[in-house]
Amino acid sequence: MAVLDELTSAGGAGRGGAVAVAEPGTAADRRRTRPGLLVAPALILLLAFFVYPVLTMVWRSLTDPTPGLGNFVWFFTEPANLRVLARTFTTSLWVTVIALLLSYPYAYAMTAVGRRGKAVLTLLVLVPFWTSLMVRTFAWQVLLQDTGVVNRVLGSVGLGPLALIRTETGVIIGMTQVLMPFLVLPLYAVMSGIDLRLVRAARSLGARPLIAFTRVYLPLSMPGVVAGTLMVFILSLGFYITPALLGSPTDALISQQIFTQVSGLLRWGRGGAMGVVLLVATLVLVGLVALALRRTTPGQRAGGAP
Amino acid sequence: MRLGRPVLWVFCGLVGFWLVAPALIVLPLSFTGQASLVFPPRSWSLRWYANFFGDPAWIGAFWTSIQVAVLVTVVSTVIGTAAAIGLTQGRGRAVVAANALILSPMIVPGIVFAIGSYATFLALRMVGSLGGFVMAHTVLALPFVVIPVAARLRGFDRRLELASASLGAGRWATFRQVTLPLVAPGVLAGALFAFVTSFDEVVVSLFIQSPYLQTLPVKMYSSVSRDTDPTIAAAASMIIVLTTVLVLVASYVTVRRSRAR
Repeated sequence: MAVLDELTSAGGAGRGGAVAVAEPGTAADRRRTRPGLLVAPALILLLAFFVYPVLTMVWRSLTDPTPGLGNFVWFFTEPANLRVLARTFTTSLWVTVIALLLSYPYAYAMTAVGRRGKAVLTLLVLVPFWTSLMVRTFAWQVLLQDTGVVNRVLGSVGLGPLALIRTETGVIIGMTQVLMPFLVLPLYAVMSGIDLRLVRAARSLGARPLIAFTRVYLPLSMPGVVAGTLMVFILSLGFYITPALLGSPTDALISQQIFTQVSGLLRWGRGGAMGVVLLVATLVLVGLVALALRRTTPGQRAGGAP
Repeated sequence: MRLGRPVLWVFCGLVGFWLVAPALIVLPLSFTGQASLVFPPRSWSLRWYANFFGDPAWIGAFWTSIQVAVLVTVVSTVIGTAAAIGLTQGRGRAVVAANALILSPMIVPGIVFAIGSYATFLALRMVGSLGGFVMAHTVLALPFVVIPVAARLRGFDRRLELASASLGAGRWATFRQVTLPLVAPGVLAGALFAFVTSFDEVVVSLFIQSPYLQTLPVKMYSSVSRDTDPTIAAAASMIIVLTTVLVLVASYVTVRRSRAR
C-alpha cells in the first residue's frame, strides 16, 4: 500500500517542496548544467515509438486509400457511425456517473474511519487496481453469463435470469468496476486534505448538515471530483477489452469499430479516421478539465488547505 | 450523521465486495474438476494447472510476458528516473512541453496507440518481436515511473544536494549517496508500476503480437473469445498470485525502509 501512496500523493507532494527551489545564480545552477541530457532518452523513445505511430495513424486517415478528407466524410455521414459515437459517449457517461456515485461516499469513508478501517478500505480498492484487466474481464464474463452466479442469485429472489452478458448493462457493470479505483484514489487524495473544522464551523454557525455539505465540503472536494471523473470518462471512451468481451458486436463502441476496420477489414484510412475522432474528443476533454481545474484550485487554497 | 455512519459502513462493505469479488472467484475456479466455467465448482482438480504448464502455447506466453515485463521495468525505470531528475531541475516552457509529452501515453486512448504502433511495426518488421513489445510497453510505463519519482524529488530538500556538493562530493557521488536513497521509494514504486503495466497490457499487444510470440494476456484474450476452457482460470490465478506477491514485497521493502530512517 505504501507503494500506491507514492502515486496518489504525487499531486500533493509538491506543496511542501516549494521551499527547496534554489535561487538562480547560486552554485546550484552550475551543478545542474544540462537537465536536457537526462530527459533526452525518454523523449527520443517517445518520439520514435509514440508520437511517430500516432502521427502515422493520422496520416493514414488522410491518405488511405486516396488523399483527402474522404474517410472523415464517410465517418460523419454514415448514420451507423454516428450511432456508435453516441453510444460510446452515453456508455462512458453512465460508467462515470455510477462510478462517481459509488466512489464519493467510499472515498469519504476512507478519510473518516480509523487507521485500521482505512487500511481495509484502501486494500479493497487496490485489489482491483492490481488485478490484471484481462483477469477481471474474464471474471465478469463468468459471473455475468446466463447461468452465472449473478443470474442465479437474481433468480432465487424471483428476478428471473436477466440478459447481462452481451448487453450494454454488462459492459457498464464491468467497466465501472474496472475503472472505479481511478476515481476513488484522486477523490481520497483531495478529501484527506480537507480541513473538517471548516464543516464544523459551518454547522456551529447554524448550517444544517446538507447545507454544510453542499456549501463547504462539496466545493472543497471538487478538484478530486473533476480530476477523477475526467480520468474515468477518458478511459471509458477508448476502452477496448471489457466492451469487446462483455458487450455484443451489434452494440459495439468506437474502439471495437476501430479494431474491426483495421484488423478485420484492413481499412486503415477508416480506422485511422475513427481513431482521430476519438483522439480529438479525448484531447478536447482534457483541455476543458485543465481549464476547470485551474479555476477551482485557487478556491481550494482560499478555503484553507494546509 | 449519527444514522449515517452504519449506512455508510454497509454501503462501503457492498462496494468493497463488488470491487474484490471478481478477483476472488478466479482462484477457486482454477481448481475446478469440471470442463466448464461454472462457479462455484462442484468438484476439484489440478488438471488445469497441469494443462497450463504442459501446453507450450500457455507456458511460452507466460515466459514471454515475464521477459518483456522485466526488460520494460529495467529500461523504463532507468530512463524514467533520469527524465524525472532532468524535469525537476529544469524550468520554463521546454520542461512543461517535455512533461506533457511524457505523460501523454496515459491520456491517448490505447486503441489509437495500438493501431499506430501496428502500422509502424509492420513497416519496421517489428510485429511479433520481443523488441517491439518492450518498446511499446516502455512508452506506456514511462509516466508511471516519472510521476512517483518526480513527486519524491519535489518533496525533498534540495539543499541536501548542495550540502553534499559543498562538502566536496562529485556529481555522481551526490547522486548515489544523497539523491538516490532519498527518492528510492519513488523509484521502487515506479519500477513496480512499470512491471505491472507491461505484464497487464492487452490492447497494443493484441496488434503487435504474432502467432509465434504472444504475451500471456493476449493468449488469454484469444482463448476467452474462443472457448470456455478453465485453463484460462489457471492462467488468471497465476497472474493474480504473481502481482500480489510483487506488491506485498514492494510494500514490505518500502515500509522497512521508512522505519529504518
